[in-house]
Amino acid sequence: MNRFTKTLAAVAVAAATSTAAVANVSDDKIKIGVLADMGGVYSDLCGPGCVTALEMAAEDFGGEVLGAPIEIVSADDQLKADVGSAIVRKWVEDEQVDAVGGLVSSAVTGAATKVLTDAKKIAMISTAASNAFTTASCSPYNVHWTYNVAALANGTVKPMVDSGKKKWFFITADYAFGHALESVATEVIENNGGEVVGVVRAPLATTDFSSYVLQAQASGADVVALANAGADTVNSLKAATEFGLTEMVDVAGLLVFTPAAQAMDPDTAAGMRLTTGFYWDYDDETRAWSNRFKERHGSIPAMGHAGAYSMAMHYFRAVEAAGTDDSDAVMAKMRELKPDDFFARNAYLRADGRMVHDMYYAEIKPADQRRDNDDILNVLSVIPGDQAFAPMLPECNFAD
Amino acid sequence: MTFLGINLFGLFGQLLVGLINGSFYALLSLGLAIIFGLLKIINFAQGAMYMLGAFFAWMALSYFGMNYWVALVVVPLVVGFIGILMERFLVRPIAHEDHLYSLLLTFGVALMLQGIFTHVYGSSGLAYAIPEELKGGTRLPFMYLPNYRAWIIVASLVVCGLTWWLVEKTKLGAYLRAGTENPQLMQAFGINVPLIVTLTFGFGVALAGFAGVMAAPVYSVSPEMGSNLLIVVFAIVVIGGMGSIGGAILTGLAMGVIEGLTKYLYPEASTTVIFLVMVIVLLLKPSGLFGKEA
Amino acid sequence: MKLSKLHIALLLVALVAPFVLYPVFLAKILCFALFACAFNLLLGYVGLLSFGHAAFLGTGGYITGWLMMNANLTPELAILLGTAAAGLLGALYGKLAVKREGIYFAMVTLALAQLIFFVYLQAPFTGGEDGMQGIPRGELFGLIDLSDNLTMYYFVLAVFLFGFWLINRTIHSPFGQVLKAIRENEPRAVSLGYNVNDYKWVAFMISAALAGLAGATKSLVFQLASLTDVHWHMSGEVVLMTLVGGVGTVFGPLLGAGAIVTMQNYLSGGELGNYIHIIMGAIFVICVLAFRGGLVGELQKLVKRNFG
Repeated sequence: MNRFTKTLAAVAVAAATSTAAVANVSDDKIKIGVLADMGGVYSDLCGPGCVTALEMAAEDFGGEVLGAPIEIVSADDQLKADVGSAIVRKWVEDEQVDAVGGLVSSAVTGAATKVLTDAKKIAMISTAASNAFTTASCSPYNVHWTYNVAALANGTVKPMVDSGKKKWFFITADYAFGHALESVATEVIENNGGEVVGVVRAPLATTDFSSYVLQAQASGADVVALANAGADTVNSLKAATEFGLTEMVDVAGLLVFTPAAQAMDPDTAAGMRLTTGFYWDYDDETRAWSNRFKERHGSIPAMGHAGAYSMAMHYFRAVEAAGTDDSDAVMAKMRELKPDDFFARNAYLRADGRMVHDMYYAEIKPADQRRDNDDILNVLSVIPGDQAFAPMLPECNFAD
Repeated sequence: MTFLGINLFGLFGQLLVGLINGSFYALLSLGLAIIFGLLKIINFAQGAMYMLGAFFAWMALSYFGMNYWVALVVVPLVVGFIGILMERFLVRPIAHEDHLYSLLLTFGVALMLQGIFTHVYGSSGLAYAIPEELKGGTRLPFMYLPNYRAWIIVASLVVCGLTWWLVEKTKLGAYLRAGTENPQLMQAFGINVPLIVTLTFGFGVALAGFAGVMAAPVYSVSPEMGSNLLIVVFAIVVIGGMGSIGGAILTGLAMGVIEGLTKYLYPEASTTVIFLVMVIVLLLKPSGLFGKEA
Repeated sequence: MKLSKLHIALLLVALVAPFVLYPVFLAKILCFALFACAFNLLLGYVGLLSFGHAAFLGTGGYITGWLMMNANLTPELAILLGTAAAGLLGALYGKLAVKREGIYFAMVTLALAQLIFFVYLQAPFTGGEDGMQGIPRGELFGLIDLSDNLTMYYFVLAVFLFGFWLINRTIHSPFGQVLKAIRENEPRAVSLGYNVNDYKWVAFMISAALAGLAGATKSLVFQLASLTDVHWHMSGEVVLMTLVGGVGTVFGPLLGAGAIVTMQNYLSGGELGNYIHIIMGAIFVICVLAFRGGLVGELQKLVKRNFG
């Protein structure tokens, strides 16, 4: 319980000072649920860290909005869509939760957003990758904050094609997510005058990528793109280095989170290009917040953590400005107000729920340039949001 | 050089790479076979022990500065000792029950170990560098062979071969085989069968620990690394049957090669091909290629 | 099957429960209870430990979900076809698996289930990692709207009761008696002239079909079908439910499913969430070492010792 006690203390103080019922706030509370994988393969990307981030946001906002105390509840989806949707159903039907944050795996997030939309509650998606939440399954109650697959592919692929790396080879995770990454990246490559010289589809949870690396080697490509995530990225990169592929060609990671980058042997990963929505060591502002986060959580924040904090702060501000926690009014205010903090630079929330902000094109630092284990990326350039994120689909325009 | 539209150089490369993976399969199925031979149980925690081997190698380096070569000797001993404790305090009390219970018991142990390591070290995995002595590689006519991969083949073949010799050609092995056939009689001859059982379990588990250390530099050291591999190894065990030590080794290597070929010819099926082979073997020879009909 | 006082009392509890507890949660328990009962038919009454029953749960869910989304069928038809698909897969897998016994049987079923896991992961119609989302619940017989959680619950209860009845009917039939004879002494059953493998095969098919029925119903309750249901963890969970409740007892799987689902539900909301695998592993170990009879089995022993 100790993680909650601080918040609860803040809440108790707030409650004591404002005993009168709060106007326009349902059940006199602003209650946010954090749904995430707390102990499974994605737990480092959001998980308990997202709970910490939201608690920090609640405290930084003063523990209350419109005189109503902020309460954070959390639950483990165990990476199961049915578990996640049951939790969210219970939250909105039984426990007056106003919005749900976290939201990591695409499957759980898809299920959770369906429930939330039916109940007209806001989904604050911080870590899920799929574009679908603002395209094929867009909803007026979805807010997709940190990044998406399209932005990562755009961010990483375009600068490399522009610099003359025209021939691409894909090592793709053979399931929906990998296919999506590959097709988005292929589009960018072809639109910019490059070509795809080969693709190999590696089934999920392949431990040995050496045979795919051999095929990549034989293809004569300039760049080998890893359209996979997590352990698959680490393993494919290890094999690429071992078989001397990294000496011959560039390697681009289409979805690499800082915890995964940290998990790679610096000698293996050095020089790999990637795009991220946030890097803790970018400037003084990001460092200030990240150090506070690290003090409480024990490790540096991944982009999902920073995004969750930034999004929650924006939500509280919108509730305050709207004078109510009614989801439609809050969504309107979230779109109207411009988010602007250490995370969201040159940012705005588009009418389809996509938060458009600066992304960062970076490379992994070699061992001899690192101060310590947290010093992992070199930010090469900033990608303006409008270039990174795909344009809005007309059918997903929810502005009224 | 091509044959039937297939690039033969590419093919040789894939076959070699398949043989490397087969070495891991051989080590793991050998460990299972040894334990099964004497105890008639399948150790579901074998995958978790492989994971322990890799994690211990990482911990030995990070906390005690113990290098790869020392870890390669020490870690299997530690993992084997954990196996011995497991046999004494968990497996033995239910040895007289249906063997399915020991399968469930070891499954529970595997879940716990995986859960504990996820809890402590997270799920992203840890990095373990290839030892300095084995960095780099050799350019063969058909591929670039990293030295460490070559070492994997050599080391596992030596360990597998020694194990085979130990079980099939020495006096200790004779006791072991006799204990498998008729434990009561062995006991009557004054041989300490429970001790042999414990040591065998420890040895089988130590082989998984050894495979784990071998794997640490090439695969991501993560809590999940054992469980997926283990199901494939189960299929390999079904294909080979539990008849002989040599059979377990040969089937492991062969399945690695078949998987390597599939990765080259039709990568989409590479995770399923071993299971398909299992289906075919079940149809043609249900007791497995090297299995004795029970 | 005669209705005892216990049956009637439990039925009354099941009818009143959704007014006290959250109906979707109760429906989930019933789905898993049916799944565990189907699994128990094999383990408890034939002595076969299947470590791959998730394959059938998942197949039922995926096929039913796909039909509801694409074929414009009423839910009862979609469920029926989903169940049939699982039964068919069970027929195929069963034919292979019954060739081996004991531990080999467990390994074969696990490997076969992993095969189907990879097929579903890669097949386009399942939605891969994202799963099948937003499956409509539809209108039962084209008349009763299932979108209300309470209505859905009573439908699930009816499905469960049907499955439960069918399993008990099977156990107490002459066919079931032969199954028990096989469990107790297989060589003897063979010498009595029974074709043991055929009996095992049919039992496997029934068990697979009912597991599929559970999955099909579950996909409507949650309006989704995902890889979770085909993963080997799920196969392990159903073993755990049955083991905790009591292998080979009538009410054991029901009780075990209730206990495990409640525990998962409780843990997922609390601080212990990330200990879930450790706790489940520990329960496995403790059950095997100390409570092989499970909740119901131990209770029966207690009753016998004190009142028998």
